[in-house]
Amino acid sequence: MNSFLNANAELVITLVKIVLLLFIVLTVNAYLTWFERKVVAHMQSRWGPHRVGPHGLLQPLADGVKFLFKEDPTPAGVDKLVYYLAPLLALALALTSIALIPFGPEPIRLFGHDIYLGIAPPDLNIGILALFAVTALGVYGVALAGWASNSKYPLLGGLRSSAQMISYELALTMSVVGVLLMAGSFNLKKIIEAQAHHPEWGILGWNVWPQFLGFFCFFIAAVAETNRVPFDLPEAESELVAGFHTEYSSFKFAMFFIAEYTSMITVSCLCSILFFGGWLSPFPASWLFTHYLPSAILILFGLWVIWDGIRYETTFGRIILPGLGAAITALGAVFVLLPNVNEFIQGPFWLLSKIFVFLFVYVWMRGTLPRFRYDQLMAFGWKLLLPLSIVNVIVTSFVILAKMQWWGAK
Amino acid sequence: MTASLAVFFALAALAVIGAVSLIVQKHPIHSALSLIVVMIALAGLYLLLGAEFVAAVQIIVYGGAIMVLFVFVIMLLNAGVEEHTSISKMAGAPGLLLVVALAGFVAATIARSTESVETTLQTGEIASTLGISNMIFKDFVYPFELTSFLILVAVLGATVLAQREKS
Amino acid sequence: MVPTNYYVILSAILFGLGVLAFIFKRNIITIFMSIELMLNAVNLAFVAFSQALGKLDGQVFVLFVIVVAAAEAAVGLGIIILIARSRQTLNVERVDLLKL
Repeated sequence: MNSFLNANAELVITLVKIVLLLFIVLTVNAYLTWFERKVVAHMQSRWGPHRVGPHGLLQPLADGVKFLFKEDPTPAGVDKLVYYLAPLLALALALTSIALIPFGPEPIRLFGHDIYLGIAPPDLNIGILALFAVTALGVYGVALAGWASNSKYPLLGGLRSSAQMISYELALTMSVVGVLLMAGSFNLKKIIEAQAHHPEWGILGWNVWPQFLGFFCFFIAAVAETNRVPFDLPEAESELVAGFHTEYSSFKFAMFFIAEYTSMITVSCLCSILFFGGWLSPFPASWLFTHYLPSAILILFGLWVIWDGIRYETTFGRIILPGLGAAITALGAVFVLLPNVNEFIQGPFWLLSKIFVFLFVYVWMRGTLPRFRYDQLMAFGWKLLLPLSIVNVIVTSFVILAKMQWWGAK
Repeated sequence: MTASLAVFFALAALAVIGAVSLIVQKHPIHSALSLIVVMIALAGLYLLLGAEFVAAVQIIVYGGAIMVLFVFVIMLLNAGVEEHTSISKMAGAPGLLLVVALAGFVAATIARSTESVETTLQTGEIASTLGISNMIFKDFVYPFELTSFLILVAVLGATVLAQREKS
Repeated sequence: MVPTNYYVILSAILFGLGVLAFIFKRNIITIFMSIELMLNAVNLAFVAFSQALGKLDGQVFVLFVIVVAAAEAAVGLGIIILIARSRQTLNVERVDLLKL
């Protein structure tokens, strides 16, 4: 057994990483639904889920059980193969895309192996192209689901989604070109490192300042690619019942749901990596005290959870919430006490907090914005986003050329 | 058998199965799905050949744009199961003959050129994105500009075709 | 290392299957797809030779072929939609009049 482990160490590590990432992504997905419902509810002066568990924290679990045990009828007249293939395809592609994202700069050293955070090797030189390749295939899940259901509304949803995704993919790809020109590489790690060119600039060195136009186009196009509000026409419930997944129920529906939320996470990762410095801290590198910020935030949050928990109405909540708070506080304390660990978590901490901010923006938009009309959607994509992103490419390349020509920068 | 050879045979089998399935399937959507399988298998083969950029472009453009357009049109036109009409004998016989002749010609060419291909194997530089961009923007800059013109013409053509005639 | 011959043979097989599909299929969209299959087969040969000869020209050609294929798909599918609108059929055998 031991010799097998030693001989296939890379394989075993990758397998363990895949299982871990799957577990984490699915859990985060589940709690993203909780987060979304909670935030939207508070925006609309409601409480949101609060019956199952303290603050409704066990709601995702209940939802999951519901999805698993619901009846799963297959409508008559569906194209069986494609009908079953579509949700699988959607989920598999969404999960594949998140496997290509690096989550931290430094490898962790365990059992004599350098283990990078993230499944794909960090020196993957077509990094972002590979990501786009995987997300480009994502449209099939939606389009085929719409077609295979053999029903009017899903077909319309599928048609809308394929037209929408083709249109916005152009703007999405073009808007990234500016960042690629500045970094001179497709590799996600190199793109982040290019933003740390002046360590003293901190937040000012990020791509979002010179590439604001690119970020604007990228984020909007990416929201459209993930079929989220205000671009959720493929599943517009007021016109199309539930759009492409009308005929899907039980776990097949859950698969579409998980795929959508996973692609939200992927887009948030991409936004933070391409435009917001990825795992870079927003503070200048010399401000060493900011390295204690993660622990400080964790400890304060943990204490707040304890304080909130001891006043909770139910006995169960009075036990669970302080326990949770104590665990979070302890985690923060561990980071303070172990300087090595504290240094290691800096990168992942900043990346994850940026991802969290973008996920919040997603939910925020869902809570505030009305849905586009179909012609508005098409006109917006073709007549505004695409020209803007092309202008961005032209301006960026001109500035880079001018720098090389007249200021002699490398 | 080395690992790369095993990967090659797996991908090659996938591609051939996909291509055969393209012919055998009766419904256009199934044919389109088969073709997508072929394209993904080919992208895998490009990776095996060290052409990462081409592999990515293959999936993004072929898989993510061209085939989506096909699927879109099939859905839009609600294309049903293929009608079976008898092949006209006039076209069928020469067609089959042509396939056989073509296959024979290709096989003969390959069989003859075996030596020359194998001797130059593995002398290649690493196919980098940088190298490709250097080629496109230096050696092939005029063809490259021509393709942009071609795309412009195609866009205009598609727009004109899509326009409904004013009654 | 896979011998270049294998790639070329695979490319020839795929091209042959593309020709077969082109001849035997009756649906105009599928026929169009078989053209794409043939282009793909040629691309494979290009990349294989590019690697065998150690030059990048082959890969650049593939990029050009992909561009041409994209342009062709845009116009071709536009024509197919027009045909389907005016004749209510996708069967090539039934599209045999120059003028309606």
